[in-house]
Parts: sequence; C-alpha cells; structure tokens
Amino acid sequence: MEVYSVADNIVSPLGADTAANYKACRGGISGIAKVDDSTYYPEPFYGAALNADQKKTIHISEESDFTFLEQLFIHSISDALSHTHDLDKKRTLLVVSTTKGNIDLLSDNYKGLVDKKRSELMTMARTIASQFELPHSPIVVSNACISGLSAIITAKKLIELGQYDHAIVSGGDMLSEFVVSGFQSLKAISDEPCRPYDTRRKGISLGEACGTMIITRDAELAKEKKQVSRILSGSQSNDANHISGPSRTGEGLKLAVQRALNQADITARDIDYISAHGTATVFNDEMEAIAFDALGMSNIPLNSLKGYFGHTLGAAGVIESIIAIKQMRENELIASKGFQAAGTSKDLNVITEMNAIGGCEYILKTTSGFGGCNAAVVYKSI
Amino acid sequence: MKLQIQAHSIITPASAQANGELVLSNDRKHPFNLFGKELYRYLSIQYPKFFKMDELCQLAFLGTELLTTHIENWNGDKVAIVLGNRSASLSSDKRHYQSIADRDNYFPSPAVFVYTLPNIMLGEMCIRYKITGENTCFMMDRMDAVFLYTYVRQLFEEEQYHYCITGFVNYSDDAYVGELYLVSSQKNTNAPLSRGFDKNFNQIIF
Repeated sequence: MEVYSVADNIVSPLGADTAANYKACRGGISGIAKVDDSTYYPEPFYGAALNADQKKTIHISEESDFTFLEQLFIHSISDALSHTHDLDKKRTLLVVSTTKGNIDLLSDNYKGLVDKKRSELMTMARTIASQFELPHSPIVVSNACISGLSAIITAKKLIELGQYDHAIVSGGDMLSEFVVSGFQSLKAISDEPCRPYDTRRKGISLGEACGTMIITRDAELAKEKKQVSRILSGSQSNDANHISGPSRTGEGLKLAVQRALNQADITARDIDYISAHGTATVFNDEMEAIAFDALGMSNIPLNSLKGYFGHTLGAAGVIESIIAIKQMRENELIASKGFQAAGTSKDLNVITEMNAIGGCEYILKTTSGFGGCNAAVVYKSI
Repeated sequence: MKLQIQAHSIITPASAQANGELVLSNDRKHPFNLFGKELYRYLSIQYPKFFKMDELCQLAFLGTELLTTHIENWNGDKVAIVLGNRSASLSSDKRHYQSIADRDNYFPSPAVFVYTLPNIMLGEMCIRYKITGENTCFMMDRMDAVFLYTYVRQLFEEEQYHYCITGFVNYSDDAYVGELYLVSSQKNTNAPLSRGFDKNFNQIIF
C-alpha cells in the first residue's frame, strides 16, 4: 500500500500557514529573536516565540476555553484540512506528537481558565479531537525530540494495516518557563541565534510551533496535485548510551537511517537531500556528521531548519518534514541558517545558499532526542 | 508470524510479581521510593545509576529486570520497546516546577530536568540492557492491549525483531503500576512462559 502526505500546515513565529513559513525560510528570515520576558526566564535569551500580533492574527485568546497550545493545534489542523477534500471522519485517526503539552497548566503562575487535568497529554488530545468531531480516540506519541517522526511512522503503520484510511498527524510544543529553565540548567541554550554545524555553535535556540500533515492512502484527496508526496519508509532506534547526550559514534542514528533505506529498498546514494536534526549543540551535530559519514552520505546536500524555527521539540519532526517536502516539490534547497564554517570532525555538505536543483526524488528526514532515540523517514516525490 | 509471550512482570503497591509468582510483597505498606529500593536490593542488582533515576524510570527498570532474568545475552538491535503511559513524567515535572517557583531561590537542576519526559524510562532500559531497536512511548489512559498488540505485531512483521518489551508503566503521586510483557518471535526453551500473543494478551491468568 502506498501512503501519502496530501496537505499540511505550519504555524510558527514565521507565519500561520505552510506557504508563509516556506516563504520566510527561502528568504533567509529567522523566527529566532532576543526574548526579554521574565515570564519565560529571569534573563534575556534567544528563542522563537509568537508575539502578541501573531497570536491576534490567528485569534489566539487568553480568555478561551482552550489553552494556548490547544489553540495552536486547532488552528494548524483546521488550516491543513482546508487544503484537502472532505475526509471520512469514521476512517480518520488523529495522531498527536508533543513533549510537554499543556505544561504551563502545572505552573503556580497559570492564570487561565483551563482545568489542570488538561496537562495530561491524552486529555489534551481528546479535547483537540472533539473540536473536529473525530469519533476515534486519538493516539499520542511522546518520544522527546523524535516525537514528530514517531507520529508520522505510527500513522503510516496504522493506515497500512487497514485500520484507518487517513490520519491527521499534528505535532506541537510551546515555549515555556519550564523548558527554558530546564535547558538553561543544562547550559544547552546558545547566547545568540543557534548555528547548526558551524564551528562557533554554542547550543540550541528553543522555539514554539505546531505542524500538521494529512496522511492518507488516497492521493486524490489533495486539492492540488502538487501538494502530494509519498511517505516511503520510516524507522526508529536507540543509542543505548546516555539519557541526555547522543552517542559519540552515531551508531543509533546509523541504524535508524539504514533500516529506513532498507525498508524503502534504496541505497544511501539515492537520497537527493537530507533534512537533518542539527540542534547546534556541539555533541549532536558532531554525532550526526559521524553517522552520515559512516553511511557514505557526507556529500548529500543537507540542512538544519533549527536556524529558522529554533528547536520546536514535539513539532520539529513534523514542521521540518513539511519544509523538506516543500523543497522537493519546488526543486530548490534552502540554506542552513547560521552556518558559515564547518565545525564537525567529518565533512558534511551543508547548504550555504538557497539554490534551484534539477530534481529531487528521495529525501531523508532525521531526528534524535533525549533518551537516546533516533528516527529516520524517507519521502519520495510523485 | 508466530509471536509468544515469554515472560511477564507486574509491580504495584501490593507486590512485585514475575510470571505469576510473588517476588516481593509490600501490601501497600511502603511508598514506592522505599519499596523500589527494597526490591532493588532483594534482586541483588549492582547498578548505581538506579539511584539517580526518577520513580517512573525505577519502576520500568525493576520491571524489566524481573522480565529478563532468563536471558543471558541478546542482540540488542533485534530488541524493541513499545510502552504505554498515562501521567507522563508528572512527578519529575512537579519537582522541576518547585525548583523555579521562587525567583529569589531559583535552582533548576539538570539532574531533575532530564527526567521530565516519559520516554526517558525507555532510554534507561535501552542503556541497561543494550537495546538499540525502536523504542516508542504512547500515552493512554490505561493499558490499551488491542492497540499495543496491533502496533507490536506490525513492528515484528516490518522489521524482523526477535524481542519486544511491551506493556504499561505509569507513576503518579497517588498510584503506580509497571506491567510488562516480553514478546518474542524466537523459540527459547529457557523462557518462563510460552503463551500466544494476541489482542487479549493482558488478560493473562496464572
């Protein structure tokens, strides 16, 4: 069975739909800025947060019965659905990807109207599903920073099994005092916008976003043929090394990529472009470089989109897949923002400026996360 | 593909059991942070990292220990973990919030923050047992055997795993449960159990 992505949405500080986000990325515009707001952290830091005007544009309100993150999910899913013909809801599954969900509800400082029970991820997901009158109980994946790709792989599996015809895969996380203070305690946040793979990289920039992909066995659901791409394969692995640091050898990532290639029945040489994880921590980027080198993939054009969106945790795998697919459809590759000089022990072919390409048939999207997990998905052009 | 449950463990406030037999009783007497340590010592485990873990990870760790006693070694890339969980890392989340509640006494700790994700328990299992296959953490209200069965079976079909640890592990301040199953596609005459793996696999009666 062939499984496709037929429509999508990204809502982030760069815009409220995929087109606006893609336009910003190809124009080299970043959503990362200095955040001087003590509700996030006592000192200023660099991150990608929606500002008041952006929230107003998509009607996000503090007086709502929904939390900020739920409103982002609802906006993202509504917009993605508007790009398809009607789905049979009885045959549609919602798969939610998030790391921290409504974590703000557990703060003593939370002043909104929503019950703390919605900090439970299943309860949040059911709230979102009910808004779209979806009869099936949603599936929630919480696999740290690979959650987005885990959700896509899960949706693909369940459609292939015949349990559903369509899945709405939606990944989201918010910027919160919880995560900012935590990553600051790990000394993982850069004191300037992040620089994936660059020699001067100093760590991550956090971001908030939500992304949605409509995944289906029916490619005719897309309103525009150009929106369609095929989800060819996907695999996950673990480094079995350390809960908060990647392995030095990249074994786990290698395993996930190799399995995804095997499933797709292609080789490393067939991949035209890699949308990598590239968090801009010293260890993550180095681990990826070692893994791609060992896989014989170091010449393949590669970028990290973290320089545009920041690290959006549970949203990352979804929104970065959407931008990756968009590049494939537009036959162009976007510069890896923040990169100037190679800073990994093994060479990578990091894309330094936006360029048109002759064609792009296979793309690889990878993510890695806390807990030692790695994921790889292969997309194919139609 | 023929899949079998080869081992089972369950840890609750009442007791720790393996393959239908009582390992250690607690009778709800001690909270988990004491019962868990007692079980750790009772099993003569030598793994100092255990004491750094949060309760959710300790629960998953001890359950896995009970599940794998008959396994001498395995090929870690042929082993997957697929778990259900309800309350995520709530206990560690609260601890992290306590550390940032007061701006004049702000002390977020990396040792707490790294445990504020539910999939970290899978990571700890992978490190301990050298498991490098897929590991996925799904949120669910209670053990959803039909979903886990469906997902795990498909995983075996697609990726030729030899083993998968599946089940439901949850920890919150007022309740906890760690219920694990070792599912295998391989014959193992040393295995404590050999029961069919189907969509009612959690209705196992000893």
